[in-house]
Amino acid sequence: MSKLNLVQAVNQALFHEMDLNPNMVIIGEDVGQDGGVFRATDGLIHKFGESRVVDTPLSESAIIGTAIGMAAYGLNPVAEIQFMGFLYGAMEQLVCHAARLRTRSRGRYTCPLVVRAPYGGGIHAPELHSESTEAFFVHTPGLKVVVPSTPAEAKGLLLSSLRDPDPVIFLEPSKIYRAIKEEVPDEEVLIPLGQARLVAEGDQATLITWGAMLHPTLRAATIMSEQGVYTDIIDLRTLSPLDSDTIMKSVEKTGRAVIIHEAALTCGVGAEIAAQISEKALLSLVSPIVRVAGFDTGVPLPKLERYYFPGCDQIIEAIQKVLSF
Amino acid sequence: MPKRILEEFKVEWFQLLDECGTLDSSLLSPLLSPSESITKKEIQGFYESMVLIRSFDEKALKLQRMGRLGTYASICGQEAIQVGCAAALRSSDWFFPAFRESGLSILRGLPMKTLYQYWSGDERGSVVPEAHNDFPIAIPVGTHIPHAVGAAWAALYKKDKIAVLATFGDGATSKGDFHEGLNFAGVFSLPVVFLCQNNQWAISIPVSRQTAASTIAQKAIAYGFPGIQVDGNDVIAVYLVVKQALERARRGEGPTFIECLTYRLNDHTTADDASRYRSEEEVTLWQEKDPMRRLRRYLEKTYDWSTSHEEALQQEVNARISTAVEEYESVGPDDPLQMFDSLFETLPKDLLEQRAELKRRIEKEQEGARH
Repeated sequence: MSKLNLVQAVNQALFHEMDLNPNMVIIGEDVGQDGGVFRATDGLIHKFGESRVVDTPLSESAIIGTAIGMAAYGLNPVAEIQFMGFLYGAMEQLVCHAARLRTRSRGRYTCPLVVRAPYGGGIHAPELHSESTEAFFVHTPGLKVVVPSTPAEAKGLLLSSLRDPDPVIFLEPSKIYRAIKEEVPDEEVLIPLGQARLVAEGDQATLITWGAMLHPTLRAATIMSEQGVYTDIIDLRTLSPLDSDTIMKSVEKTGRAVIIHEAALTCGVGAEIAAQISEKALLSLVSPIVRVAGFDTGVPLPKLERYYFPGCDQIIEAIQKVLSF
Repeated sequence: MPKRILEEFKVEWFQLLDECGTLDSSLLSPLLSPSESITKKEIQGFYESMVLIRSFDEKALKLQRMGRLGTYASICGQEAIQVGCAAALRSSDWFFPAFRESGLSILRGLPMKTLYQYWSGDERGSVVPEAHNDFPIAIPVGTHIPHAVGAAWAALYKKDKIAVLATFGDGATSKGDFHEGLNFAGVFSLPVVFLCQNNQWAISIPVSRQTAASTIAQKAIAYGFPGIQVDGNDVIAVYLVVKQALERARRGEGPTFIECLTYRLNDHTTADDASRYRSEEEVTLWQEKDPMRRLRRYLEKTYDWSTSHEEALQQEVNARISTAVEEYESVGPDDPLQMFDSLFETLPKDLLEQRAELKRRIEKEQEGARH
C-alpha cells in the first residue's frame, strides 16, 4: 500500500501494465519527455523507451485514428487526449470506427483501445478545458465509458480497461487529480467494468453519482446524517455499461432517488438513469426523481464556474426535496 | 544573405503506355531492378483482371437496375489503378480501401459474392476472410487513412517486413484525416503508401474545387516524403510505381504518395445522375483514354491478341460472375441477433434485456409466418 493521489495511481497502473504487456504502447501529445500535461505518464518513457511511449504531432483525430489501426493490427494502444474538450476533433474516429469496427466486421477486426482524457471542471482552466460531455460517448453503442472517483478506484478501473478487448473511454476527473490521497494497493487489484460501488448505506434516499461529484455528495450525506437522514450512495464507476441492477435494488429499498452530475442537465446520463428508474422501479418511488446537474448553458470561464457546477448545497437541497415530497 | 530559396520541389509524371497502346520501353528499365522484367504473361494477366473487374462492375449495375442490389459505386474507368495495385501488393501487406475499390478487393482475394452482399446492405459483406489483411470498405471519406498509418506503425513496432496501402479519392484529400494521417506517416517514417484515385469528381464537385494546387501529388512534399503523379489509366505505370513505393516502405525508407490521374466514367453511385453537372463531351474524351481499350490495343499489336482470345476470356469471366451472383443470391438471411452478438466480445448485462426483446420479436414474426 502507498498513499497516492489520482494522477499517481493512473501512473502506477500504466507502469504496471506496460511491464506486463509488450504490445501496449502509449501515444499522445507531451506524453513522453514531459510526462503528460498532468504528469500521468511521468517517467514511462525512461523505462519503456521512445518506441512505446510516443510523443505525437498535435493531431487528435490521427492519435485516435492511428490507435485504431494499431489495435486492429494487434497492439494495445493507450491514447492520451489532453482535455476532454479536445476529443471532439476525433469524434468521427471514435463514433464511426472505434465503436463499430468489431461489429461491422463481425469480430474479424477488434479495437482494444483505451482513450484517457482528463475531464470536468474545477481547476480554473481556460475555455473548453472543463467539459463533461460523457453522454456523447455513453450514447455511442460499442464504446465503454469509465469514470473513477478516487485514486484506488482509478488504478483498479484503469487496469481493467487496459485489459478490455473493446474500446474504452477512460475519463479522469481533473478536479480530484491531486485533491485526494488514499492508500492504493501496490499489487494488482482489478475492478470489473460495469459494476457500481455502494459507497454508503442508508434507507431514506439513493444518491447516484460518479467521478468528482462523489465528493460533494459524500459531504452532503455526512451533513444530512448529522440530522438523522441516512442515504445509499452509489458511485457508478462505469457509465457504459450501466449497472442498473445496483441502482434499482437501492431505489426499491429507499423509494427516493437523487442523481448528481456535473454535465448539463438535458440528455445527460442522469436522464437515462431517471428513465430507467421510472421504467423499472416506478412503484417503489415515493417522490419524484431529482437531478442535480450543470445548467444547459455552455460551461463558463473560471470566473463564473462556481455558479455553473452544482455543489454540496444543491445536493442537500435535493435530498431535502425528495424527503419532503 | 537577406533572401534565399529554402526549398524547391518537382513532381514527376509517369506514363509508359499511351492512349494508342504504345509502350515506351525506354522508361521501363529505371523502374525495374536489373533482375526484373515484365513478362507477356503478366501483362496479359493485367488485361484478364481488368476484364474480370469491369464485368463484375457491369453486373453490379445491372443487378441494381433490376432491384437485386442496393446503391452501388461503380469502378468503371479506374480498373488500371486497381489491377496495378493488386499486382504490386503481397498477400502479407495490408490494404485499407475506401469504397471505390471493388476491383482491387476482388483481386486481393475477397470473394465477389461478399462484395455483392455488401452492396446489397448485408453486413456479412464487411467480413474479410481470416487470411486476408484487408480492412472492410470505409464509407466516411478519408477517415481510414489514419488506420492505415496505425497499422503501418504497428508493423514497424513488431518488426514485420510488410507495407500498407491506403487508397482514396480526390475528395478525401480535402479532409482533415488525410492531412493528419500523412503528417504522422512522415513524422514517424512509416511503411505506408498512400494512393489517390483522382477520378476528378467527388459526386458533383470537380477536383478544381478540392484544391488550388496544380497536382494532388505535391501535397506529399509538405509532409516530407515523395509525391508522384501517374497516368492512372496506364496499368503498367501504376504497377511499377506502386511496386517501387511498397518496396521502399518495406525497406524502411518511409511513405510515398501516389496520385493516379483517372476519370470516373459512370455516375458517383447508382443514386446519382452525373449529367446534371458534367458534359457529355468530357465523358467522351475520357472514354477515349479508357484503360482497358489501351491495354487491348497493346496486346493486339504486340502479342497478336485476337477476337477469339477476347471472346474466350469474356466467356470464362461471365461464368465466374454468374457463379458469384448465384452464390450471393442463395445466401440465407443474416442472424439479426448479430447486432448484439458482435457488438462487444462479451455482451454487457445491461444489453441482455434488449437482446431478449429482439429475440422475442423474431420469434413472434416466425410464429406469425407459420400461421
